Amino acid sequence: MTDTSDLRSPTPDPYLSMDLLRFTTAGSVDDGKSTLIGRLLYDSKSIFEDQLEAMETSSKARGDENVNLALLTDGLKAEREQGITIDVAYRYFATPRRKFIIADTPGHIQYTRNMVTGASTANLAILLIDARKGVIEQTCRHAFIADLLRIQHIVVCVNKMDLVDWSEEVYQNIVKSFREFSSRLQNIVEVTFIPASALIGDNIVDKSTNMPWYQGPTLLYHLESVYVGADENHVEARFPVQWVIRPHSDEWHDFRGFAGRVAGGVFKPGDEVQVMPSGFTSKIKAIYSMDEKLEEAFAPMSCTMTLEDEIDISRGDMIVKPNSPPEPSQDIEAMICWFSSGKTLSGRGKFLLRHTSKEVKAMVREVKYKVNINTLHKIEDDLEFKLNDIGRITLRTSAPINADAYKKNRITGSFILIDEHTNETVAAGMIL
Amino acid sequence: MNYTITHLKQLESEAIYILRETAAQFEKPVMLFSGGKDSIVMAHLAKKAFWPAKVPFPLMHVDTGHNFPETMEYRDAFIKEMGAKLVIGSVQDAIDAGKIKEESGARASRNGLQTYVLLETLEEGGYDAAMGGGRRDEEKARAKERFFSHRNEFGEWDPKNQRPELWNVFNGRKHFGEHFRVFPLSNWTEMDVWQYIMAEEIPLPSLYFSHERDCIIRDGVIMAVTDCLELLPEDVPEKMTVRFRTIGDATCTGANLSTAATLEDIIAEVAAARQTERGTRADDKRSETAMEDRKKAGYF
Ligand SMILES: Nc1nc2c(ncn2[C@@H]2O[C@H](COP(=O)(O)OP(=O)(O)OP(=O)(O)O)[C@@H](O)[C@H]2O)c(=O)[nH]1
Ligand SMILES: [Mg+2]
Repeated sequence: MTDTSDLRSPTPDPYLSMDLLRFTTAGSVDDGKSTLIGRLLYDSKSIFEDQLEAMETSSKARGDENVNLALLTDGLKAEREQGITIDVAYRYFATPRRKFIIADTPGHIQYTRNMVTGASTANLAILLIDARKGVIEQTCRHAFIADLLRIQHIVVCVNKMDLVDWSEEVYQNIVKSFREFSSRLQNIVEVTFIPASALIGDNIVDKSTNMPWYQGPTLLYHLESVYVGADENHVEARFPVQWVIRPHSDEWHDFRGFAGRVAGGVFKPGDEVQVMPSGFTSKIKAIYSMDEKLEEAFAPMSCTMTLEDEIDISRGDMIVKPNSPPEPSQDIEAMICWFSSGKTLSGRGKFLLRHTSKEVKAMVREVKYKVNINTLHKIEDDLEFKLNDIGRITLRTSAPINADAYKKNRITGSFILIDEHTNETVAAGMIL
Repeated sequence: MNYTITHLKQLESEAIYILRETAAQFEKPVMLFSGGKDSIVMAHLAKKAFWPAKVPFPLMHVDTGHNFPETMEYRDAFIKEMGAKLVIGSVQDAIDAGKIKEESGARASRNGLQTYVLLETLEEGGYDAAMGGGRRDEEKARAKERFFSHRNEFGEWDPKNQRPELWNVFNGRKHFGEHFRVFPLSNWTEMDVWQYIMAEEIPLPSLYFSHERDCIIRDGVIMAVTDCLELLPEDVPEKMTVRFRTIGDATCTGANLSTAATLEDIIAEVAAARQTERGTRADDKRSETAMEDRKKAGYF
């Protein structure tokens, strides 16, 4: 089932043909990320009356002059007390053209790992800059992380324009200095700049009347119309097996289905496939989505496959195509972001590594360098990873994993490291 | 070639992925089933995820004893058709055994008691993961929830210190005595749920569709008159044409005036709604962070 959703042509039920855009916010603390999301939802009439009333009541109780739109996403008690975002909040809204999943992330440096979490599934990032402060350390850090996680579309929102007299000069200077920094980033395909005031509502949903010098789109218009090509890799076929389905019933006596979610490429009944890491080959007999037989399956579809031959396959194995297999390897080179506040990584640490549906043991063999986020220079004299540090390491795993480069495939190119004693997720890794 | 799937298909695929991960990562998972539309959709997705095998975990109903008869009929028929095992945690039994004490008065709610019974039933059964139909769009504390949400040995949630959850790699590792809450429908909205029910032709309890019944209005909320609702002298039952947007404990779930009798009508109504579906839940109105407080203590 290849479903081409054309945004322009009227369809009988637009809701069933909408596409999905996942975006995240980024930027330093207090730049106005949560306010901007609140404004976006408010002005696009995606806030319900009872939510608005609750916000008005809490704003008044807090002594805020206006309705504090950040209260819409800052839902935790601790966040409301301190007026900052601590953890990612997910919000949803739809316009007739698109459905949006928003991750509103914290700007505070202490919670950078939560920003990374929000960014890992996003296709686009809105990076906020406070017009009074311009490009600062945390702006660069977040732009770097967005790039590292392969978010290809960035919207730089120069916010709080009301506090700089809507000055075009201030705006242009910020555009210039951000361009200087971003030219050194690798994955970003497109950067769009929008001058805005999240507090007052300029250029979020409605065009600003205070900045006639700006001719570009509003934020919402841009989000609705930006072309974000599919993130998925539809070339190299990858099917990590999550679960083996054996009904043990009379009707389905011999059924052995391999259940999972396609991570790359296209699978069709009759296709020649290879099972990694054993290397055995077979042919696809059928692909099911429950009792419906599919003609093809591609990312990100969940399905169940049956094969022509009886081969031993279990969770953690990967079904691929012999023309483009991944390289099973025990030596992994990766960029990691360190998440643990309790433990640091220095020298050789031992961890559990989880990659798609496979879990293996892993030992850090070498820390190559850490990255100084502000200058993008390598740090080679201090190799200890502390909370929020980013850098390059090599790992040795106890069994081969079917590694792809993160650049090629976000699903089969990523992993997490887990501390065996605390069970905490201590690092996120992107395979080079 | 254009390989895209609609957003509803993406949500379905994501939920099925989560359900399979849960079955694979935990020793003894269980699925919460309240008979409400979200848990019905979740159970329907579970059928899809493991077909043609049976769902590899039981369903659990935390029964407050304050049920609409329609919900119970539906529940029993649904579970029978699915061929699943049903585990019941009974609030009434816990009250009768003197383990918990009921709030008194006409505005008493069994919500707090539900948490106790839920945790006790999970512990007694040795369940290490409980799947729930919670959605992030329901409430501001829920908007912060992970797909795999860790609970300490007291069943508590620590919202300030959640595990980072990246890409589609889930970490369900835990120490003895701890458990996880899993939310496969995290990214669904109320509208998505209704659209999916229509697309998949999933039958629902009759309460969701417009019908006439005796109701009272209390604190601005329309409450159905049932055996378990204590009437105050000033309460005058009246016949109203209503339907329910959510179905929970009969004493704290409000009804909406509505003539929506079909899924199409309901979808049109949801699209035009200016109130969230929890806007009619008396339990959320108790304080600004009522939901967060309950969730921290182990509520769903
Ligand atoms: N004058 C003015 N103030 C703004 C604007 N946008 C946000 N603010 C104010 O800036 C403060 C911080 O806003 P938030 O939205 O909480 O900032 P944030 O980026 O979400 O902060 P963290 O999530 O904690 O990193 C609040 O007092 C807002 O009212 C704007 O466009 N103009
Ligand atoms: Mg914020």
